[in-house]
This record gives sequence, structure tokens and C-alpha cells, in this order.
Amino acid sequence: MSDSTAIAHGAAAGTHHEHPPYLRHHFESVDQQTDASNFAMWLFLLTEVMFFGGLFTVYMIYRNWYYPAFSAASHQLDVMLGGINTVILITSSFTMALAVWCAETRKKSGLVAMLVVTFLLGVVFLGIKGHEYKEKWDKHHFPGASYSVQAFVNPASDPLQVNAQGKPLAPLAPDMAARTEMYFCLYFAMTGMHALHMLIGMGILIFMIFRARAGAYTEGHSAYVNYFGLYWHFVDIVWLFLFPLLYLINRH
Amino acid sequence: MSQISPVLWQFLSKWLTHFALFPPEASKIAPQLDALYFFILLVSLVGLTIVVLLLVGFSVLYSKERHPVAEQIEGSTLLETTWTIIPLGLFLIMFVWGALIYFRVFTPPANAMNIYVVGKQWMWKAEHPGGQHDINALHIPTGQPIQVTLISQDVFHSFSIPAFRVKREAIPGRYTTVWFEATRTGTYHLFCTQYCGTGHSAMIGDVVVMTPDDYKKWLQGSTSGHSLAQDGERLFASLSCNACHNARPDARGPSLANVYGSKLTLSNGQQVTVDEAYLRQAILNPSEHVTQGYLPIMPTYQGQISEEGVIDLVEYIKHLDSDYRVQQTTNTTTLLPESEGKAAQAGGNSAAAPGKVNP
Amino acid sequence: MSATIISLPDQSTARIPKRNYLTQENGILSWLLTQDHKRIGLLYLMSITMFFFIGGALAGLIRLELLTPQSDLLAADTYNKVFTMHGIIMIFFFLVPSVPAVLGNFFLPMMIGAKDLALPKMNLASWYFYMAGGILALWAMITGGVDTGWTFTTPLSTHYVNTNVVTTGLAIFIAGFSSIFTGLNFIVTIHKMRAPGMTWFRLPLFVWSNYAAAVLMVLGTPVLATALILVVLERVVGIGIFDPTKGGDPLLFQHLFWFYSHPAVYIMILPGMGVISEVVSTFSRKRVFGYTAVAFSSVAIAVFGFFVWAHHMFIMGISSYAALVFSLLTMLVAVPSAIKIFNWAFTLYKGSITFETPMLYAFGFMGLFTIGGMTGVFLGTTGTDIHLTETYFVVAHFHFVMVGGMLMAFLAGIHFWWPKMTGRMYPEKISQLAALITYIGFNLTFFPQFILGTLGMPRRYAAYPAEFQVLNVFSTAGATVLGVGYLLPMLYLTWSIKYGKIAGDNPWQATGLEWQTQSPPLTENFAEMPVMDHEAYDYEWLERQKEKEVASVG
Ligand code: HEA
Ligand code: HEA
Ligand code: HEC
Ligand code: CUA
Ligand SMILES: [Cu+2]
Repeated sequence: MSDSTAIAHGAAAGTHHEHPPYLRHHFESVDQQTDASNFAMWLFLLTEVMFFGGLFTVYMIYRNWYYPAFSAASHQLDVMLGGINTVILITSSFTMALAVWCAETRKKSGLVAMLVVTFLLGVVFLGIKGHEYKEKWDKHHFPGASYSVQAFVNPASDPLQVNAQGKPLAPLAPDMAARTEMYFCLYFAMTGMHALHMLIGMGILIFMIFRARAGAYTEGHSAYVNYFGLYWHFVDIVWLFLFPLLYLINRH
Repeated sequence: MSQISPVLWQFLSKWLTHFALFPPEASKIAPQLDALYFFILLVSLVGLTIVVLLLVGFSVLYSKERHPVAEQIEGSTLLETTWTIIPLGLFLIMFVWGALIYFRVFTPPANAMNIYVVGKQWMWKAEHPGGQHDINALHIPTGQPIQVTLISQDVFHSFSIPAFRVKREAIPGRYTTVWFEATRTGTYHLFCTQYCGTGHSAMIGDVVVMTPDDYKKWLQGSTSGHSLAQDGERLFASLSCNACHNARPDARGPSLANVYGSKLTLSNGQQVTVDEAYLRQAILNPSEHVTQGYLPIMPTYQGQISEEGVIDLVEYIKHLDSDYRVQQTTNTTTLLPESEGKAAQAGGNSAAAPGKVNP
Repeated sequence: MSATIISLPDQSTARIPKRNYLTQENGILSWLLTQDHKRIGLLYLMSITMFFFIGGALAGLIRLELLTPQSDLLAADTYNKVFTMHGIIMIFFFLVPSVPAVLGNFFLPMMIGAKDLALPKMNLASWYFYMAGGILALWAMITGGVDTGWTFTTPLSTHYVNTNVVTTGLAIFIAGFSSIFTGLNFIVTIHKMRAPGMTWFRLPLFVWSNYAAAVLMVLGTPVLATALILVVLERVVGIGIFDPTKGGDPLLFQHLFWFYSHPAVYIMILPGMGVISEVVSTFSRKRVFGYTAVAFSSVAIAVFGFFVWAHHMFIMGISSYAALVFSLLTMLVAVPSAIKIFNWAFTLYKGSITFETPMLYAFGFMGLFTIGGMTGVFLGTTGTDIHLTETYFVVAHFHFVMVGGMLMAFLAGIHFWWPKMTGRMYPEKISQLAALITYIGFNLTFFPQFILGTLGMPRRYAAYPAEFQVLNVFSTAGATVLGVGYLLPMLYLTWSIKYGKIAGDNPWQATGLEWQTQSPPLTENFAEMPVMDHEAYDYEWLERQKEKEVASVG
């Protein structure tokens, strides 16, 4: 063995005894470990930004091309439900932040409670989203063979196609009306991807709730709660973009 | 051995008869593009030679036998700047030169004769203005700029004539154009170069370049009886476009006479120049650009007309001068190959010539 | 013989160290559940080798079919499936993971003096994602194949073919995670895990180039995921995002696809360039000429590489002005590669050069990559691209950079680090022969394709006009030679695991930290944590170390 490089005796030897159990073998110190995983988490979020960035680009292009269709179709969405969902998600972000705080200050029951509340808010969000999907499905606004442009070529037949004063909107020409399908393609693709991220997050939440009840995060090592919090906030922020882009196209 | 030698012989004879290192130059742009090609080739060869000389030279001079101990050198700003600036300069020359050629290939001259080409799985269908159809072939005269307006009916295809050094994608739902002027008679390859499914490699044909006289003969010999514009005229009637576009004072749609080439103001305030692409869009997606002063009542014809039908309509509208009543007097006997031939011969504005629907 | 720097320990007394990462644990599970970056590197090595030979067998089929002008050996639809799978396997399951996931995984932590990558579990997960994707792709191939070409061009892939597009798309999507995980891991490791004294400008250039590639992986791959998901959705539920009849724009797909796939070509070449830096420096006993320029040129390639994607679409109906901009940027991105080539060449200047196998492959790389890169400039020039695009000229271009460039670099790296990975040397003479065979076979295979492309022969053709046959016969003959050139290393490297000479710690007298520990290394890489107290490639430091050692022993 000819490791002829000079050796950092102090660094290696000094900390050897005080290794907390959660320090992985290949890190020199807890600081380094936290630093590294924190950085990794941010990088991961960056990949998510690129992923949604692709979708947002597609959305922007088509919205530009088919603006009348997009703004007419957005009337099919319920701003009320979307707004409630926005509030719910923001609240859940807040409870998640509280959960992180509880973990850092080693409040086990608080942590569990906050995670559960976050989880439940997620359930409500997805419930409302599911209800909205169902509405679209029933109205044949799900893209595909059975898609119907009825509401847009004949707005009078549809109670949702009204302006702020309650008057029916102008009908779209048939070819522009057909472009509303593009809007719903993007609506389902984008909110669907968002919902998928919520589902994954909630899966992790369940896992964390069980671990938290066993006291996992309240004994000094709260990093995982922290990282998950970042993820949850990110999903929340994506929604904060989706909501105005999809629901509020011309309802300033 | 006795079996191998015939094979070898075959191979050798093939080598001798079919061997080429460079494609024929059969269009006006070809020598220009080749000049650039050889310039880049030259730069590459010089660059490669320098690299190889450096590698071999240093390997010989400083091999361990000759030069047992290396001298440590950090680098050299001067040298490194040199080999940053020189390639950059050369690449920029190529860029500018290439851009000039690129614009030349994709900007047709005003007097070009327009031929439509529809690509579909897996054939090329060329439509001459006089109504002649070419399947997997393209007949053209020398000395006449030809503009090819391409569209695909299904997937991406690519219209490639190596001997002319031109190539252009045929895109579903959009016209693209390319132009060339053949300089040498002969038969050249026409390829589909964009992968388009199972029959991709069968989507090939011949470009037959003829003297203007032969071309005229060919036009007369292969006429289908009516020009594109006349086909369009019939379609215009049978799809009852004339219910709205009839130039009567109470017409619900705008008059289409002389609309081609004019500037329209759209209801959203935009200004557009009417070209083939605009006409096509106006028929298939009317409400994406509604003309100012009109309601978006025109129905879409998406899915009801084939691309060839759209081409017929476009040709018809392009050549509407003033009078809608021509459509009642369509007369398919006095047909266009002649005027077509004249146009080709004169090399003049042949695009207008066949359009005179009114005989 | 003085013409070598190999210095092996006395074979009669030398032993492979008893305790090393290979003997640390035993049993198949200890491999499948390992979090040791070195073992994961080996897992990757075995799997990508398997995929390479599958892809190579498919290449063999392509070349056999093209022996004659008619499509007689394979029907057109089979041929299309064959080249599609060849492209997909070679790119996504061989070349993208080749150097980073095998050599990078193994050596990057060692080079910066770390015990492991920052996220070992994610590293293992990356291999599982890779395998899941790979097996799914093979499954798609066996159950009917896919015939879209590796570029999945819409609307062909979404509406006009009936093959396993969805399965293959998902396979690549899944494999994408492995790429993202590897890249992410590299970035975090390089930022946070460097040994004391290992400043950014003391990093070996291999680390720099992998860092640049990792940035591309992390930022590019998610966009490919978006594109693939949209294709899959379009096929499964019929959303119309790329469907022209529904108002979608089929070109948009190509924008999304090339936004990843152009940077992906730099994912494929940059790590290879890193290998060349290490090899050229080691075998000429000199610091890489202009270290900073070489390091920054990697970063420049990574940054500019994101803004040239539309050079794959010059004739596709993008606006002429867009074509101009992308052509100009393509020219800019070509410059850093030229800088690297010249810097490597001048590394030889006043060196003390020996010609072991890794160096031979590195020479091969420099020559062939120059040709491949310059032909890329032909294609990046808008004017000439009109004539050359979608012909065999493009095929030849990318095989020159990918096979002549990256594959050569990979083989250089495998030979270079083989003694470190296994503790044993590969047989030198036969491997030099193999390098030569590869070089000859390669040129015979792909050089004629430049001429074919200039003559206008379109790519992806199962049948072609008879006048192109002669050159195609050359190409096929070359592929046979090339196949032998690739089978040889496979055989003798396997042989050497058991029978090769014992290599000792540092057979090449190289300066990297990875050479300053035992071969094969310990699971934790270093017995004691290293401190970097000198520049990278400091051969004088190495001399001093040796003297010190001799003094202390003697
Ligand atoms: C490892 C992969 C790799 C690499 C590194 C490159 C590198 C480059 N590529 Fe290539 N490319 C591909 C893989 C790669 N490519 C693939 C797979 C395709 C086809 C995809 C498909 O359609 O299936 C493709 C296609 C492709 C096209 C599209 C062709 C078409 O379809 O029409 C273009 C066009 O611009 C292009 C350009 C370039 C350029 C300019 C570089 C530059 O980065 C090269 C820079 C290098 C040099 C320039 C050489 C060094 C220079 C010197 C030593 C200087 C010489 C001296 C003097 C000038 C004095 N490539
Ligand atoms: C890393 C990438 C990579 C690598 C290494 C290779 C390696 C090779 N490739 Fe390929 N190739 C691509 C990436 C790659 N290719 C891509 C991306 C395409 C485009 C696909 C598309 O258009 O969609 C392509 C397309 C492509 C074509 C064009 C097909 C067409 O357009 O119609 C051809 C034709 O000659 C070809 C040939 C070869 C050959 C001869 C090799 C040789 O180097 C391979 C040599 C190796 C072996 C031969 C294997 C070793 C030997 C054995 C396993 C013995 C057993 C052999 C048999 C039973 C035959 N490749
Ligand atoms: C119901 C009436 C109607 C029918 C039928 C109709 N159009 Fe129109 N068309 C219009 C109106 C109104 C406009 C102007 C508003 C617009 O641009 O949508 C128009 C615009 C156009 C334009 C754009 C030029 C311009 O000056 O605005 C073209 C070209 C055109 N029509 C061609 C056709 C063709 C070809 C057909 C038959 C295949 C057809 N139209 C059938 C009503 C009609
Ligand atoms: Cu049409 Cu290829
Ligand atoms: Cu590219």
C-alpha cells in the first residue's frame, strides 16, 4: 500500500467517535452531508423545472396561436373551485413549513399532526380536481374521439359560456372551436402531471407520517422533512403558475 | 477460386462502370454550392493535415527513446489564442458563405414556374399548372427557373434531387418551397430523404430534364384535359363556395378576384399578404384570420378536400381576375399546354399564363 | 525495453491485495444491493457491454442488408426496425452511459479524493432504472419492434406506425432517470466532496468534462421526458399536441426532441474528451497544455450546446432567420473542440511519449474526431447542409464522432484504468493489434459513407440505386473488420481478469489520486483521507514522492 499522499490526520481522526447514526460512511461531517443533500435536492427541483418548462413552452405557443379558443375554453373551468384549490395548496404549504419547524424543534406530536394535515389537504385538493375532471369527462371535453365542441359553437346552450355580466359569449367559428380541444389536451396534460406529482408526494407523506410517529425526524436529523418540504413547495408553486394560465385566461 | 473470380470480376466491372466520387452538377446552384463544399473540404484537409503532422511529428521527435525526460510547459497564451481565432475566423467565413447559398436556394425568383408536389406514403405526385400529373417523376425544361411548392398529406417527407443540390421538407399542413434551374438534360434521381415509414426507400423517382422543345411536346402529350385552375373552378362550384364568394353586392363573403398578392387587413388589425399558404389557411382554417369587415361565418373545409383539391382551389383563386361568371362557361377543350409551352419557352411569367381561365 | 512507462511489481512476489472492493463482500446480493460506486461502475460496465453487442449485431444486420441494392435479406419494415433499435440501443443504452456511468462512476470520486459519490443509493437506483429501461426496450424489440427511427419523428410516430412506440418511449423515459441521477450525483459530488486542497483548478480534466456533461444531463433529459410523454399520451389517449389536423405543430416535437438530443451528443463526447486528457498527459509525461483552456472549453461546449438544436432542422421549414442564428451558434460551439484538439497535440510537445494501447486509442480519437467534427461543420453550414442532410454524409459524421470519437475514448479509458479496476494488466501486444484493427476497420466502414452521402444516397434506405453498391460493399467489409476489432478486447480483457500480470498500484506512473492507492482499491478508496497539495498532472511531484519512498524503504 503506497498511499504516498499527505494525510489529513486531524480531520479524519478527530471526529471519529462522535459520528451520529445518521451520518453516512462516506461523508466527513454532518455539515458536509447536509450540504450535499440540500444541494442535490435543489438540483432535482431544477430538473423538475425543466420538465414543466417543456410543457409550459408548448402551452405558450399554442395559446398564442389559438387565443380565442383558449380563452373561450377556459370558461369551462370553475374559477371558484380552482381558487379554493389554490388556497388549499397554499395552506398545505404553510402546514408543511410548520412541519419542518416542528421537526427542527423536535416536537414529535406537532410534526405528526402537521404532516397529517398536509396530507389531508392534498386529499381535498385531489378530490376537487377529480370532481373537475369528472365534469369535463361528462361534458365530452376530454380530448379524443368523443370530444364535443358544442359549448363553443353554440355558447347559448351552455351556462358556463358567459361573460362577467352573464351574457353568452360570442360563438366560435367551427375551426377555431375545434382548437379548444388543444386547450383541454394541455389542461389535462399539465394538471395531470401536477396531480401525479401530488400523488407521489402524498405517498411519501404517508411513509413519513409512520416514520415520524416512530420518532425518526425529531431526534436531531430533520433533513428529510426539510427536503420533502422543498418538494411540496415546488409542487405548490407549479400550481400557482397553472391556475392563472389555465383558469384566468381572460378574466382579469 | 473458380467461383470467386466471376464475382470479383462482376465487382470490378461495376467499380469501373458505376464508380463516381461526386454527383453530376445539373443545376445553376450546384456549382455555387460545390464551391463552398470544396472550400470547407480544403479547410478540413489543411486542418486535418496540421493535426496529423503535429501528432506524428511530436511522436517521432519526443518519443521516450529520443527524449527520455519531459519538459514541463504550462501552456502558451499566444498559441492558444491563435488556434482559437483562426478556426473561428474560418468557421465564420463558412457561415456567411453558407447563409448566402441558403437564402439563394430558398428564395425563388419572381419569374419561376410553379409546380406543386404532394408527398404521401409512399409516392410523389407532381402537378403541373396545365394539369399534367407526374407520379414519382418530375419533368422539367432546362433554362427555366422552377419553383416547387411542397406539401405532405400525411407525415414528413423530403424532396431531394442530389444532382441539383436541393432538398426541402414536405410538411403536413404547410406549404414549403424550393427552386432550381436545371442546366443539363438527362435523368436524375429524385429521393425522399426524410424517413417516412415502411416504403421510405421506395419513394424515389426520376427527374427528367428536357430541352424546352421536348418539354413542350411532353406537356402536350400528357395533358389530362384540364388545368389545375379549371379543376379548381369546378370544385369551387361543387363545394358551393360561390354561394358566398360571388362578387354580388349582397355576397356574404369577400370577392376573391385579384385577392392573390393583395394586402388584407384582418379583424385583429394585422396586415397580411395573400400568398398560396394564406389561401390554403383561409380555406381550411378560415377563422384563424378573419378579414376585416366580415363575420367568421365561413365553414371549415378541413378533412373535406384533399391536398390536391386545395391546390386546385388555390390555383383557381390565384388566377381569378375579375369575372366570376367564367365558371359557367368552363370549356375544357381549348386547353393550356400550348400557352404553358409558350410560357416555358419565353421563360417569362408562366405562373400567370396558365391561369387565364377565360379562354 | 525503454519505450514503455509500464512499471510492474516483481511478478513472483506480487499479490493482489487481499482486502479490496471486490473481496469485501461476496454473493450475488452483495452486488445487486451494493452502494459502492466502484461496484456499480462494474455493473454498468457489464450491462452496457451487453447492449453494445446487441446494438453491434443489429449494425451487422444493417450492413449485411446493404451489401446488395435490393432489400433482399431483410424486408423494408424489418430493416427499419433494425436501424431504429440499433440507434436507440447504441445511444441511450450504450453511449450515453458509457464513460460517465462506468468510468465516471468508478473514478470520479477517487480522483477528487472522496470515499463515494454523494448519493450512493441514488447511484444504485440509477443502475436499476437503466436496466428496467433497457429490458423494456429489448422487450419492445422482441415483441414486434419499433420503426420510427431513433428520432421518433411526429406525426409518423404518433399516427402512422403500428409498432411498439409506447413501450419504447417509456423505456427511454425510464432510462432517462438513470441519466439524470448520474448527472445529479456527479454535480453534487464535485461540488461538495472534494478532498482538502482539491481546488477547482486542481481537478483532473476528466472531472471537469464529466461535470460539464452532468450539467447537460440534468438540464436536458427532463425535456426529452416531456417530449416522450406527449408522444405516448398522443398515441394512448389521442391528445393532439403534435397532430396537424387538430391544429398541433409536428415540428414542435422536433424542437423538444433536439433540445435534448443535441446536448446529448455532447453528453456523449465530453466524458470521452476527459479520458483523452488523462491518457495524453500520462503517456507524454506532461501536464496538459493549457489546462485552464481545456477545462473551460468543456464548460463552453456545455453552455453553447444548448443553443444549437435547430441545426438538425435547417430544411424543415423553420424560418430562414432562425436557421441563420442556429448556424452561427453551431460555428461557435465547434471552436472549443478545436481548441481541445490542438491543446492535446501540444501536450506532446517536449514530452516523453510512449505508445501503449490507451495512447493508440487516443491517437485514433484525435484523428477521427477531427474528421467527424469538421464534417459536422459541413452540416452546420446552412448552404452545404441542404445537400448533405438526411444522407449518408450525416451517418458518417455521427459515426466518426460517436464511434471514432467516443467509442475509441471509452476503449482508451477501459484499457487505461483496467489495471486499477481489476488489479491486473491486459495483454499489451494483442491489445495494440486490436486498436490497429479497429482503426483500419473503422475507416473502411465509415469513410466510404462520406462519398455516398455526397453522391446523395439517403439514409434509412433498405434498398438503394445500384450505382451505390461498390461503396456499400466496402463499408460492409469494413464493418466485419471492425466487429473483430471489438470482439478482441472483450476476449482478452476477460482473460486478463484471471491471467493478466499483476499491475501494482501505479503501473503507468500516473499522477491522479486514483493511482495513489492500492489496485483494486479498498471499498472506501483510500486507507487514509488524501490531501491534495499539488497541481493536477504534476509529474515532478510524483518523482519526488518516488524518491521519498525509495529513501524510506532503503
Ligand atoms: C458524439 C456525438 C456528436 C458530436 C460530438 C457532434 C459534433 C458536432 N456536430 Fe453532429 N451529430 C451527431 C452527433 C455528434 N455531433 C448525431 C448523432 C447526429 C445525427 C442525428 C440524427 O439525425 O440521427 C448529428 C448531426 C449533426 C447535424 C445535423 C445534420 C443534419 O441532419 O442535417 C449537424 C448540423 O449542424 C451537426 C453538427 C455538428 C457540429 C458542428 C459538431 C461540432 O461540435 C464538432 C466540433 C469539432 C471540430 C470542428 C473538430 C476539431 C477541429 C479542428 C481540429 C480544427 C481543424 C482546423 C482548422 C479549422 C484550421 N451534427
Ligand atoms: C453509439 C452509437 C453507435 C455505434 C457504436 C454504432 C455502430 C455502428 N453502426 Fe450505427 N447508428 C447509430 C449509432 C451507432 N452506431 C445511430 C444513432 C444511427 C441512426 C439510427 C436511425 O437512423 O434512427 C445509426 C445508423 C447506422 C447506419 C445507417 C442505417 C440507415 O440509415 O439506413 C449504419 C449503416 O451502415 C450503421 C452502421 C454501424 C456499424 C457498422 C457500426 C459498428 O461500429 C458496429 C461494430 C460492432 C459490431 C459488429 C459488434 C461486435 C461483433 C459481434 C457482436 C459479433 C456478432 C456479429 C454478428 C452476429 C453480425 N449505423
Ligand atoms: C358561408 C359563406 C362562405 C362559404 C360557403 C365560403 N366562404 Fe370563403 N369566406 C367567407 C367569408 C365571410 C370570408 C371573410 C372572413 C374570413 O376571412 O373568414 C371568407 C374568406 C375567404 C378567403 C380569404 C380571402 C379574403 O379576402 O378574406 C378565401 C381564400 C376563401 N374565403 C375561399 C373560399 C373557398 C375556396 C370556399 C369553398 C371551398 C369558400 N371560401 C366558401 C364566406 C364563405
Ligand atoms: Cu417519404 Cu421518406
Ligand atoms: Cu446537433
